[in-house]
Amino acid sequence: MPSGEKIKICQQCGTCTGSCPTSYLMDYGPREVIAAFRAGMIDKVVKSNTIWLCTSCYSCTVRCPANIKITDLMYELKRLAIKYDLLPKDSKNPAMTKYFIDNVSKYGRNHEVGLMAKFMLTKDWGMPFRFAGLGLKLFTAGRLPLAPKQIRGKEEIAKMSAYLDAQEAKAQ
Amino acid sequence: MKYLYYPGCSAESTGKAYDISTRTVMEKLGVELAELDDWNCCGATSYFSTREIDSFAIAARNLSIAQQQGDDDLCVICNACYTTLAKTNRYMAESAHVYEQVNGALNAVGRSYDGTKPVRHIMDVLINDVGLEAIESKVTRRLTGLKVAPYYGCQYSRPIGSFDDTEDPQTMDRFFEALGADVLTDFPAKLKCCGGMMMLTNADVALRLCHEILKSAKDMGADVIVAACPLCEMNMEGYQPRVNSAFGTDYNIPVMYFTQLAGLALGADPKQLGLGMQAVSCAPVLAAIPA
Ligand code: SF4
Ligand code: SF4
Repeated sequence: MPSGEKIKICQQCGTCTGSCPTSYLMDYGPREVIAAFRAGMIDKVVKSNTIWLCTSCYSCTVRCPANIKITDLMYELKRLAIKYDLLPKDSKNPAMTKYFIDNVSKYGRNHEVGLMAKFMLTKDWGMPFRFAGLGLKLFTAGRLPLAPKQIRGKEEIAKMSAYLDAQEAKAQ
Repeated sequence: MKYLYYPGCSAESTGKAYDISTRTVMEKLGVELAELDDWNCCGATSYFSTREIDSFAIAARNLSIAQQQGDDDLCVICNACYTTLAKTNRYMAESAHVYEQVNGALNAVGRSYDGTKPVRHIMDVLINDVGLEAIESKVTRRLTGLKVAPYYGCQYSRPIGSFDDTEDPQTMDRFFEALGADVLTDFPAKLKCCGGMMMLTNADVALRLCHEILKSAKDMGADVIVAACPLCEMNMEGYQPRVNSAFGTDYNIPVMYFTQLAGLALGADPKQLGLGMQAVSCAPVLAAIPA
């Protein structure tokens, strides 16, 4: 994360939390996340619901008087949570993230129908029923193509990722 | 005027009408769009959750192709694609480490990228290159009296804010004023988050966010909400019935891609704008525009 060291100069002003559309549902608001990070108690935050409630709206980031890239920090924490398998039991977000990436690695593009189908089958049995009315409308309007579009260079995505895996292994 | 064009994955499914109407509007304005060859998914917000550098690398594959394909700027329609691609340029410029890693990954597939391809949001192109005067001169059906709620969405100007303000963006307001509409310039929800991908993972949270936007539009007496992002459009329009059942409301507010409404003002046939693909009918909007 470029300029991650900036969190040292957080003034704990709370502008981020006040700007966040979902902070009222978070175990720890963005300001508390920074505080925990600096106090070396980040494991608590990583395990909480906070990071999975971040919508990537960037309100906090553009308003922070210390120019801290809080949204990027939330991404960083999501990565830690996935890497060390510190996921809240009922959270569906990590699965969605994983399927999205599998999808892109395989085809080069995100196939929305395939993504939703896989997600429903594994993580959310109720979704087909709640989604049925809208799904049918979208389908008849031609907004849900069943076949994924594949790009010619699809193996490039996997190759780039393999290269970065090797780099990461080398650095450790 | 010529641009390379990055439609983005949603333009192939739920956001098809955004792509169709974009092509129509640009043709009407004499702007040529050349689709980026063999483009891949920009990575969206999900990719940032794996390894940050992977997200920059896959975004940079597109930018490297763009550089190869020609000198024209890359025009993007989806807010999330726009932010991801523009952010990749910015971080490559800010960090030598990112620059090297991205190029290492690109080299592994026989590509390279120097981080300088201009990435432009379609509204940026319309306002700053085509120009409001030129657009106004091509209007055949002014949107007189139509109350338009301009909904920008989070990643329109955040975090970068290169062509509009991050706190109070105005470009869409000016654009629809040029088309003759009665723009609700003080629409308080213009930048409120729609919940994004959370509609699939934490629906209760996203429905609440959409409810706030729809309520605000209704309170202002909006005839239509215009959006500049496939995800925003989908959440506010496709999920309106679910907002209604969750909150006991009876919203029936048309939501259009801004290019669809612009196309009508420029005299395009509704079929060339993907109208009729919406779950909430746009018929009242069509009826409200003076012929
Ligand atoms: S807005 Fe910035 S400085 Fe203020 S509490 Fe949040 S991170 Fe710290
Ligand atoms: S980017 Fe995330 S943490 Fe920041 S304000 Fe938006 S939802 Fe909250």
